[in-house]
Amino acid sequence: MSLINFTNKGIYCKQGNFYIDPWQPVDYAVTTHGHADHVKWGNKHYLCHELTKPILRQRYGLEENVQTLPYHQTININGVKLSLHPAGHVIGSSQIRLEYKGEVCVVSGDYKLEYDGISTAFEPVKCHTFVSESTFGLPIYHWEPQYQIFEQIKNWLSANNAKQKTSILIAYSLGKAQRLIKNLAGSYPIYVHQSVAKLNEGFVKAGINLPETITITPLIKKEELQKGLIIIPPALADGKWVKSLIQPATAICSGWMMVRAGRRWRSADAGFTLSDHADWPSLLEAIKATQAEKVFVTHGYTAIFSKYLNEIGITAEEVNTKYGSEENDDDNQIKQNEIS
Amino acid sequence: MKHFAALIQQLELSNKTNDKIAALVDYFSSANEKDKPYVIAMFTGKKPKRPVSTALIKEWAIAESNIPSWLFTESYHNVGDLSETIALVLPPAKTEIDKPLQEWMSDLAAISSQNEEQKKEYILSTWNGLNTSERFIFNKLISGNFRIGVSNKMLVNAIAKQSGIESSKIMHAIMGKWDPSKITYQQLIDGAHVNTDNSWPYPFCLAYALDTEPENIGKPSQWQAEWKWDGIRGQIIKRNGELFIWSRGEELVTDQFPELHFLKNELPDGTVLDGEILSIKNGQVQSFSTLQQRLNRKTITKDQLINAPIGFYVYDILEYKTEDIRLKKLQERRKILEKVIADLITTDIVKISPVIPFETWENLGALRLTARQINSEGIMLKNINSTFHSGRKRGDWWKWKINPYTIDAVMIYAQKGSGRRANFYTDYTFAVSDGEKLITIAKAYSGLTDKEIKEVNAFVNKNAIEKFGPVRTVKPELVFEIAFEGIAESKRHKAGLALRFPRIARWRKDKKVSEINTLDDLKQLISSVSLAPEEK
Repeated sequence: MSLINFTNKGIYCKQGNFYIDPWQPVDYAVTTHGHADHVKWGNKHYLCHELTKPILRQRYGLEENVQTLPYHQTININGVKLSLHPAGHVIGSSQIRLEYKGEVCVVSGDYKLEYDGISTAFEPVKCHTFVSESTFGLPIYHWEPQYQIFEQIKNWLSANNAKQKTSILIAYSLGKAQRLIKNLAGSYPIYVHQSVAKLNEGFVKAGINLPETITITPLIKKEELQKGLIIIPPALADGKWVKSLIQPATAICSGWMMVRAGRRWRSADAGFTLSDHADWPSLLEAIKATQAEKVFVTHGYTAIFSKYLNEIGITAEEVNTKYGSEENDDDNQIKQNEIS
Repeated sequence: MKHFAALIQQLELSNKTNDKIAALVDYFSSANEKDKPYVIAMFTGKKPKRPVSTALIKEWAIAESNIPSWLFTESYHNVGDLSETIALVLPPAKTEIDKPLQEWMSDLAAISSQNEEQKKEYILSTWNGLNTSERFIFNKLISGNFRIGVSNKMLVNAIAKQSGIESSKIMHAIMGKWDPSKITYQQLIDGAHVNTDNSWPYPFCLAYALDTEPENIGKPSQWQAEWKWDGIRGQIIKRNGELFIWSRGEELVTDQFPELHFLKNELPDGTVLDGEILSIKNGQVQSFSTLQQRLNRKTITKDQLINAPIGFYVYDILEYKTEDIRLKKLQERRKILEKVIADLITTDIVKISPVIPFETWENLGALRLTARQINSEGIMLKNINSTFHSGRKRGDWWKWKINPYTIDAVMIYAQKGSGRRANFYTDYTFAVSDGEKLITIAKAYSGLTDKEIKEVNAFVNKNAIEKFGPVRTVKPELVFEIAFEGIAESKRHKAGLALRFPRIARWRKDKKVSEINTLDDLKQLISSVSLAPEEK
């Protein structure tokens, strides 16, 4: 009997009687990471990595019913051995390894292979069944190493600085924002939107070493912001506040910036291909490393990617889930007029 | 090429004309001198001979990327551009090649005469030496199709700004015959290869839309009424033995319309005519969609000449016997024009746009409703004493257009767009009801804002029922008002009719699918349109 089942509430482990990243309220939810498409409010019990807890606390006000685990420590739930392994996606992101009567299944949530300087680096975990995302599951997606992307961003920042433009980087408040802060700190003061600041506060309390940032308030002069670097979430990108800055220059940091149509669609002044998801070669590398006999492909280019896996001899199946909309869901929590 | 790649990126990132012009000015002020004529050639669609076929390039790219061809096709659907898809699927470059643009162009010209094996070797090694954005440009250089939202006019304005030379002269110069490998930038924009003294056009006189009842603009006897033709406004210039055709977009389009070249022999020197470029077959003005087959083509096939023959309806005369007569009254200019056209030996192709005789406004209003039957958009009203103004001036010229038809229809299929709209469902198919069934009546892809497109896109993602390749069948729920210019019976369409120029007028969020129009509504419309005016 299979260790996981795809139900209308989410990924269900019958033997252990718990769900992984359910999208409807359940009694026992195991959470891969803190993005809104993987965590829903209203479960009776949450199990997650210890660094995911500050996110659940800040975003959902959860406290007592959240149980945490460090990476690699095994617990037993109704006879199923469960352990968390780094997924490298964002701080605290975990692959969930389940073992029952010698059968091993890994649900990876979202992941990337390259170490981003702040999230614990991805580790391949051998298993019989592997559940993989496919957000960028097309061969057009090849990421450049992040030091090259940060080089491009730094060049853009200094060009803006020379032209007295205000630089605004648009990034998800959970994950991308911390990655940018960690890798860009030093040359310019970094101003962050409060949604980023609140998360950072939680991370720092939990022992993460994050460079210092300044929370944006209406009291900060536009001339100060002009000399620094601003990080805001996508919901605010087209807002009045950005337009009110001195010669604003916006840049989106996302894997979708790889394709010209993606860049032109959004009304930003620049696009940097910086993703927290695996690119095409990484997806294949990760899947091969698990040596899994069966791969379930969730959110992303599921049909195409699973078809390709089958062609290269890896048994794969496309699964319909509600994951893959972190942008919209996380955005909806932020209102346009939060600054000013 | 890095400089050129940076220019392309800048042009693509902005959709503001001013930003694009600034980027072009910047480029032409600092680029490699020898590169500049190539860039102008590329942006104006002067294609060199294609050294390798698309099929081969694609085949090599698929083999190099080690992916099955269906996966390449899927990738293409998500990227929306072949050159870009190839640039992206290839494995990362292992070497670095940096050459100025003109060297790439001469390389490509040189490999044209080589055998396939040599071509392949050259292209594969180049791919292996360029980053993704440079590869994309290299692929575009091979295909010669460099459409990146820079119109001829924009390019000319940028060069004019950079050089201080008058823009109409630059337009003439770059539209002329020249070879980027044999001319310098300065010679090119100075027009050393052409005589720009002969070609300059006058600004067009434009009309305002009539926003009141015609009774309010005066007596019918003060007004000349003409049909408003749905073509390309044009100016035909004959000076010192040379003929030039300018379009309203201030582009030289002389070469596109060989049917009009007889005017070079038949018009007297120092003549400038204002009129409409139309497709005219057997004396009948054809629809704009017929004319479209003839627009923006570098080469014209025999079929196109037969299917969409060009004619010119003349509205006005601006220069006569080398004299600027724009300040004469319309009725005087009309007399001169009648004489000039009467003197033409070739008749039928260039005709004077007829004046519509009418006694009362009511009388003219009734005639206006028949405009669609002759592929006209309505009526033009010109004050008989008006001069030929530069640009738009209120009061002397009015356009009195007929309203478009509209129906409410429901979206049933969606397909991803291409180019800027790749990866979003932007092309929709609409249906009206036919009893219990829905029947397809039109496909449309314009008229929504980016925000609305995103909203529809989210709906399609959530409500897709079936997949047919790139097409999704969606739950019939979203109702749109579709505007169109004409309707005709059509055996090729399932509904038995076809709409002309359908587009989304607005999203009717207030309407349910039960409230859409029926096929019978449309059939009734056809029979009412085909009635002769007397029978109405």
